[in-house]
Amino acid sequence: MKELFPVKQVGGYLFSLVLTIVALIVYFMDFSFPVAMTILLVTAFVQAAVQLVLFMHAGETEDGTAIYTNVLYGIIIAMVTIIGSLLIFVWDM
Amino acid sequence: MEFFERFAVPNPNPAIYASMVAIVVVSLAIIIGLTYFKKWGYLWREWLTTVDHKKIGMMYLISALLMLFRGGVDALMLRAQLSMPDNKLLDPQHYNEVFSTHGIVMIIFMAMPFIFAFMNLIVPLQIGARDVAFPRLNAISFWLFAAGAMLFNISFVIGGSPDAGWTSYFPLAGTEFSESVGTNYYMIAIQISGIGSLMTGINMITTILKMRAPGMTLMKMPMFTWASFMACVIIIFAFPVLTIALLMGTTDRLFATNFFTTTNGGMDMLWANFFWVWGHPEVYILILPAFGIYSEVISTFSGRNLYGYKSMVGSMVIISLLSFLVWTHHFFTMGQGALTNSIFSISTMAIAVPTGVKIFNWLLTMWKGKIRFTVPMLYSVGFIPLFTIGGVTGVMLAMSAADYQYHNTMFLVAHFHNTIIPGVVFAMLAGLTYYWPKMFGFMLNERIGKWGFWFLSIGFVLAFFPMYITGLNGQARRMYTYSEATGFGPLNFVAFIGAGLMAIAFCLIVYNIFYSIKHSPRNVGDDPWNARSLEWATHNPVPEYNFARTPHVASSEAFWDAKKHGHELFKGEIEEIHMPNYSGVPFIMGVIFFICGFSFVFSLWIPAIVSLIGIFACMVLRSFEKDDGRLISVEEIKATESKFESAEEIKTAVSTYGGANS
Repeated sequence: MKELFPVKQVGGYLFSLVLTIVALIVYFMDFSFPVAMTILLVTAFVQAAVQLVLFMHAGETEDGTAIYTNVLYGIIIAMVTIIGSLLIFVWDM
Repeated sequence: MEFFERFAVPNPNPAIYASMVAIVVVSLAIIIGLTYFKKWGYLWREWLTTVDHKKIGMMYLISALLMLFRGGVDALMLRAQLSMPDNKLLDPQHYNEVFSTHGIVMIIFMAMPFIFAFMNLIVPLQIGARDVAFPRLNAISFWLFAAGAMLFNISFVIGGSPDAGWTSYFPLAGTEFSESVGTNYYMIAIQISGIGSLMTGINMITTILKMRAPGMTLMKMPMFTWASFMACVIIIFAFPVLTIALLMGTTDRLFATNFFTTTNGGMDMLWANFFWVWGHPEVYILILPAFGIYSEVISTFSGRNLYGYKSMVGSMVIISLLSFLVWTHHFFTMGQGALTNSIFSISTMAIAVPTGVKIFNWLLTMWKGKIRFTVPMLYSVGFIPLFTIGGVTGVMLAMSAADYQYHNTMFLVAHFHNTIIPGVVFAMLAGLTYYWPKMFGFMLNERIGKWGFWFLSIGFVLAFFPMYITGLNGQARRMYTYSEATGFGPLNFVAFIGAGLMAIAFCLIVYNIFYSIKHSPRNVGDDPWNARSLEWATHNPVPEYNFARTPHVASSEAFWDAKKHGHELFKGEIEEIHMPNYSGVPFIMGVIFFICGFSFVFSLWIPAIVSLIGIFACMVLRSFEKDDGRLISVEEIKATESKFESAEEIKTAVSTYGGANS
């Protein structure tokens, strides 16, 4: 019975509920803008990671390495593009 | 009549009317010819519906040569206009249109299909696969490219060409300053073919990751496959940026949104930013497969294995990452601070390091090799010094403080032609000559090919090196004329002569194809170049199933192992081969995309909506279609194979071009 019960998925489901609640708190509490944004961004990305790893089954097949490399590469390029654009137009113009 | 007025060309001149007549005549000639020789069925069955990677590759190749002609004629017009001070050959508007279309045609519709041609033709053969991972998607990619290319090329006779430069910077490209539909063509034609490119990228990555022959680990792939793989990685990360930027530009022009406007919260500089976030990786998408071809050619004709395989792979991986870190060097003068410019200066210069590693690897591959100076090798050997000059001037441009001097001058124009022509065009011509027997079973004439090479190289040097000097002296790019007092006249005339020599070279290359079709011997065998990698382990021209038996590989030079070290490539009996079915849907989708794009260009909403529904209908149809492919029986394979073997026996002396090496 134990091996049939999807511990990881149920755990992941509960964890994503927790993340949702934490994000929701921002609406009800009176945080400053930076704090609120930090909470939202962190919970959003953790949420996305949970979805990818647990519910979209990244890494469960033999292509796991390719998928994670791809995601990592994508994140690096997205970060570089965003930070670079902010640098050009906001922080250093 | 009012409805049709929108299709009129806003700035007509006799050349455009002549082109209209020429287009009508050529189209009629093609239709009459096909009907007269009863070739419609053949065309449909064998080409328009094909999903065979080799045929798709050939169609890319033909398109690329046609577009090279079109872009080349544009280039000749530009050089002719600038050949003398105060020349009146082209008026300013016409000059703007010609340089804009020259850039787009050469990058998007010449260089891209050229590299896709070789990816399609060679990658599945090099990894021992029967086709690409998604054959029908591959056909759709091609027909989307074709639809985009056609749409772009009719712009100058229907509605007017884009005239805001190949970079199409806003606000100039906005509706306020570009009133004609030209820039709509730009946005939508590139969008359509860009979607095709993105799908090819996904297709090739899947093919390379999933369909390699037994024994071929990633580090045992031939270098061209590695190069294509890295190029496709760049494609799938860079093209989405272009897709979105073009979409924003399209909505700005068609639906009056304010992404790139100067008012209402829009930001015109954001276009330049997005364009180069895609645009800089784009040049590495072009150059990496070119590097791959040089690697194959140089190691084959030096009779040595490629020096520094791992560092070659490593440097391409580093280039693919760095290519995303340098885009700001295209607009150092836009107004951002010294900190930003310094960061991007350094990252740009850093790219010279992995590129330099590759250059030294090629030199060391030739070191102590027994070099055969065939046409592909001549192009590769010519590439090394010429491309290095382009690289060095690139590092000069990368210095942001000095760039304020070079910016927007002919120096820049000379630099990027200096990298793209010896880098990409030479590679494509080397690949064309090298893989010609693979595609068609006979060789291109070496003597005419060598004439072509020398005309092209000397023409190139004469055409572009003077621009370095006039650029440093202050000749701005994209200016339709200059006064005699500037003193740019003589050097520009030299450049015009160079352009003429390059045009002769192009004619020689085309003449060589016709000459060789008529006169070349057909019994060249399966290994005319004494080559090394797996694509040469099958017959010339390649049968539709590529390999009768799946090859087993133990190194990156499987064919050389088989020839020299007794490696057994093909084990076991011939078995039935499973192949994909041909389909007319990709072609039909291409046609619908063309109609859709055309309707969007002219804001004809009803046909636009109808054709969009048609596109989705094609996709829905595909989802419900049951298609298990077809099987080629063992008897049929044996019959095909024995035909090649008997041809092998008839062939008398095995003559390897340039003398065999042991």
